[in-house]
Formats: sequence, C-alpha cells, structure tokens
Amino acid sequence: MTAALSVRNLRVEIPTRRGVLTAIDDLSFDIAPGEVLGVVGESGAGKSITGSAIIGLLDPPGRVAGGEILLSGERIDNLSPSAMRQIRGKRIGMIFQDPLTSLNPLYRIGDQLTETILTHEAISAKAAAEKAERLLVEVGIPAAGTRMSSYPHQFSGGMRQRVVIALALAADPELVIADEPTTALDVSVQAQIIALIKRLCKDRGTSVMLITHDMGVIAETADRVCVLYAGRLAEIGAVRDVVKRAQHPYTHGLMAAIPSLIDDPNEKLEQIPGSMPRLGAIPAGCAFNPRCTYRFGRCMRERPGIYPVGASDASCFLHDASGEAPPAAVVRNAIDAGIDVRASEGAEP
Amino acid sequence: MLAFAIRRLIQAIGVMLVVAMISFVMFRFVGDPVSQLVGNDTPPAERAQLRKELGLDDPIYVQFARFVDKAAHFDFGISYQIKQPVSTLIAQRLPATLELSIVSAILALVVGMPMGVYTGLYPHSWLSRLFLAISLAGISLPTFLIGILLIFIFSVNFGMLPSFGRGDVVSLGGYWTTGLLTRTGLQSIILPSITLGLFQMTLIMRLVRGEMLEVLRTDYIKFARARGLSRRAINFGHALKNTLVPVITITGLQLGSIIAFSIITETVFQWPGMGLLFLQAVQNVDIPIMAAYLLLIAFLFTLINFIVDLLYVAVDPRIRIGGAKA
Repeated sequence: MTAALSVRNLRVEIPTRRGVLTAIDDLSFDIAPGEVLGVVGESGAGKSITGSAIIGLLDPPGRVAGGEILLSGERIDNLSPSAMRQIRGKRIGMIFQDPLTSLNPLYRIGDQLTETILTHEAISAKAAAEKAERLLVEVGIPAAGTRMSSYPHQFSGGMRQRVVIALALAADPELVIADEPTTALDVSVQAQIIALIKRLCKDRGTSVMLITHDMGVIAETADRVCVLYAGRLAEIGAVRDVVKRAQHPYTHGLMAAIPSLIDDPNEKLEQIPGSMPRLGAIPAGCAFNPRCTYRFGRCMRERPGIYPVGASDASCFLHDASGEAPPAAVVRNAIDAGIDVRASEGAEP
Repeated sequence: MLAFAIRRLIQAIGVMLVVAMISFVMFRFVGDPVSQLVGNDTPPAERAQLRKELGLDDPIYVQFARFVDKAAHFDFGISYQIKQPVSTLIAQRLPATLELSIVSAILALVVGMPMGVYTGLYPHSWLSRLFLAISLAGISLPTFLIGILLIFIFSVNFGMLPSFGRGDVVSLGGYWTTGLLTRTGLQSIILPSITLGLFQMTLIMRLVRGEMLEVLRTDYIKFARARGLSRRAINFGHALKNTLVPVITITGLQLGSIIAFSIITETVFQWPGMGLLFLQAVQNVDIPIMAAYLLLIAFLFTLINFIVDLLYVAVDPRIRIGGAKA
C-alpha cells in the first residue's frame, strides 16, 4: 500500500550571513493512510520546519535542499508554486498552533470557510455555505447556522481552534499537518480538541502528522511516533514501543523526564544534562553525543545510520551489529536501563 | 452604531465650541474693536454710543453666544480690508481649495496605495528600491521647492502647463465654481495637485508598505496560504484589508492637513483659494477672515475625523463598540 506521505532523506537548509545552517538533515519517515504519526522533539528540533517543508511554506530563506516528499506516491517537493497551491488546503490541510491569530480578524467565520471551499471545489456559493455550516456542526460549534456570521473575536480560543480544524478539513484532504494544535489552549480544552482531531480524521480516513512536544498527547492520540533531535531522526516506532521501551538514549531520557502522579514527590525529576546544540554548532558524529551517557569513541567520529531494533528504528550505534563495538561497561549500563542493545560487546578498556 | 455616531457627534460639537472660543478671543486680543473702527478724534460719548450699539457692553458670555449663533448661520461679519461679508468671500474661494485638495488626496491615494502594496509584496525588487528612493525625496523636499521646481521644468522649460492660476472655471448652480470641466482648468490643476499631494503620497506609500510587511508575517496569512487560497485573494483580500485602519486614519488626517496647508501651494501657484485669502488676511490683520478661516478648518477636521471614525467601524468589526452584538 502506498504511504499517504513519504518523506525521503529530506534536507532543509537556511542560508545565513554566517553560512548555511542545516535545519533538517537526512530525515525519512512514512505515514500510512489513516495513520496518526506523532512528531516530537525539543523546541528547535525541526518539527515545525518539517511540517512547513511538506506543505511548501518554508519561510524564506529556508529551502528544501535535498530528498523527496511524496504524497500518495506522487512527488510534491519540486512542484511549481501554482501546482503546489492546488495541493495546499485541497490535499494537505494544516492546523496551526495559535487559534487566536490563525483566523483573519476582519472576515466572518462563514466567509472564511466558504472562501476556502470555493477555492477548491467547483460548487455554487449556496452549496459551499451549506457545506461550511455542516463542517461547523461537525467540529462541534453550537448554533452553527447563526455563528457563520460571527467574527473570530466573538469566539473563545477553543472554539476558534474548532473553526481552524473545520477550515483545514474543508476540502477533505488526505493528510492533515497539525502543528502543536493544543499548545496555546487551556488544559481542559486540549483534550477535547485532540479528541476532535482524532475522531474527524478517523471518520474520513485522513492521515495526521501531529507535531507536539507533549508526550501525553502523543501517547493518547498517535499510532506511531517520530522523535527528532537537532534536525535528525532519533527514533521512530509504534507509540507503545517508544514510550514503554525507548531505544535511543535521547528518547530514553525524554521518557524518564516525564513527571508522573505515582512518583514520589520528593524524588528529583530526571533530566538530560546539557541542552540541544544550536544549528550552527552541531558536534561531529552523533548530534546527541555530548549529552549521552552511553557514548563511546565511534559516536564522536561517525554519524550513526538508522538501525532496526525490535519494531522500531533508532539512530544509535548501540543498535548497530556491525562496525566498532561499544565498550562492555556501556553495553551493560544500557541493558540495565532497558535498551535492547544489538551491538556486540567490546572488550573492557 | 447609532449611539456611537451620536456620541462622536456630541464630542465634535464640544471641539467646535472650544475652537469658536479661541477665534472669538482673537477679536479682543488685538485690542479694542471700537478704536479700530473710529478715528482718533471721536469723542468718548460717541464711542460709548457705538460700543452700546455693537453690543460690546454686554457680558462676555452673551457676546460669545451671539458670536456662536452668528457663526452657526455662516455670518462672520465683514472683512476689515475688502469690506465684503466674510462668508461671501469664503464661499467664492472654498471651491478652488476643496477641488485642489481633493484632487491631491485622490492622487496621493491612487498612486500611493498600489506603490505601497507593491513595495510591501516585493521588498527586494529594484522597482521597490526606486519607489523608496523617490519617496525619500517626496518626504524630505519642502512643498514650495517642489512647486518651484515643477514650474521651472514644466512651465518655464517645456511650456507645457500653466504656472499660475486656476484656468477657466465653470459655475455650477451659482454656488460652486469648478475648473475640472475646462481644458485650461484641468491643465492648471496638474502641477499644484502634484505639489500638494506628493508628500501625502509618499507618506501613504510608506505606511501601506510598513503595514503590508507586518501583516504578511502574521499567522492568518500563513494559514490562508496553507488553505491554498490564490495569491490575489491573500494579498488584496486578506492582507490589504488588514492594513486599511491605519491608512484610513492617516489619509483622513492628511486630507485635513492638505486643506489647511494648501496655503503654501496656493501661494506658489497663485491659486485663488482660501489659503491665499488667509495669507492676505494675516498681512492686513483682517481678524474676521482669520476667525472664519480658523473655524472652517476646524470644522473640516472634525467632519473628516467623524467620517474616519465611522469608516473604522465599517472596516474592522472589532471596533463596533457599544451597539455591537456579542
């Protein structure tokens, strides 16, 4: 079956006065039809840039410098601006972070919806208005008929995000990119919005790329999860596997850093030492090596590839059965921590 | 909406009363009006008689009320110098000034807005840089210099356009004279309207450009792009409309300024408008004309502001104060 979205060796560069920064470096992943893929990572890991690159809205001077993006098997990263416009909104919908600023304040909700529908479908204005109202009902706007003539400022944040979702789904796209759709919302509203996105996309068989830094949202919503670090793929796999048995030391650290209600409140929360490198200062070898507790000589010299481990894939030499083996102490520590090391054990130093 | 309009109207009346007070005070400020009317050898009894006849013995607030009442009926007295009713003089001159001002404002808008949109959309193109360079000249050169330069180039060197006056005018209904219907009238208005409108044009261009640059960065423009809307719909529908509130404000205020400061342009081109009349009045200490001019300009400013306030409401739904339905 063709993946709804297939990203192959994507490379995004941002030319600056001090040289070219590589924001996304050799990133590959697939989203199956109807699947929800969560994309997590720290701020600046390249989550949003990946989303923008897919929909063709990278802020200049950022540009796709390599790799391919395929939508249902069809290459879209090299399309002309007008051909790309046919895809945006029609085949790929996008939901942004801040519903308060995503809607044009000067236009009625109904007008913004019908405008979008009429751009993509050759139907009458009346039919478009009817469809717009149906969409508002679907996303759970009460009294949708009268709310069509309301302006965005007459809605609450949660209601506006519902309208944004209706707009993103207006032309029944195959893929929805949701870029931190709940970050700007109240905690109580977040769950409703996530449930709404999940339900609507399930009903329509729409694939979702859910960008977030909230592991809770991922665990609840996504089928698979892709972990980014410094613009590179750290680990990708089924949510259950990644959450329960993280294979990349970075993911492992991320999971350990999530506070839990059951934990002893006096116990110190685990954290990964240091911070993510700036794009201009990514170390040689593995990007995570300065912060990694399992690093060994090879991590500083070579950049790890993607190695299968269990049902997941991780970019870490601990899972590389060939090449230089990690020292015995590192392997033992990793196994103790619950990482399924596939590399053969090296000699004690 | 109506409540909003009425509230603004009451505020406008307040402003007009204050201005009326200032122009009323002007008469007293330059000295005793009686001694200006009569010769030095007039006996005190006669002076007192005149003072009584003119109502100058009444309490100051009665005099002010009388002034306001007369002004409301367009009675501003008689010009000291020209010996004609001020209202007649102004009515003769008003069409010339308003025509020049409105043509300038339209010129500034029609040329300035598209230039602003273009430079906002393509900030790095060479044409944008050229526009910005021209606008720098427009903003920094003083009006009289531009006027003289235009006269020098187009009237003196090429002899294409007249250098002064209003050309032939046509009377419309006895109240209004227009130069826009005759060939010489149209030719005559070109240079003064460019002179008067150039500053406003560059101002509007820079304003629209700045607003466009800001609006194009907003999330709702990015979201509009993500929805696949056409460039046209995004640039002119979504972006330009969001730049309009400040543009309306500035255009409105500038229209007032154009009318008020047409004095310089009218002097350079000997344009027979109110500005020229006012300047002559200042030279001759012709207080009734000055007072009436002050009131008229204040009235135009308040009127424009009132219209601008109503336009806001039409453009931006968030400004629908008071009568807004939630």
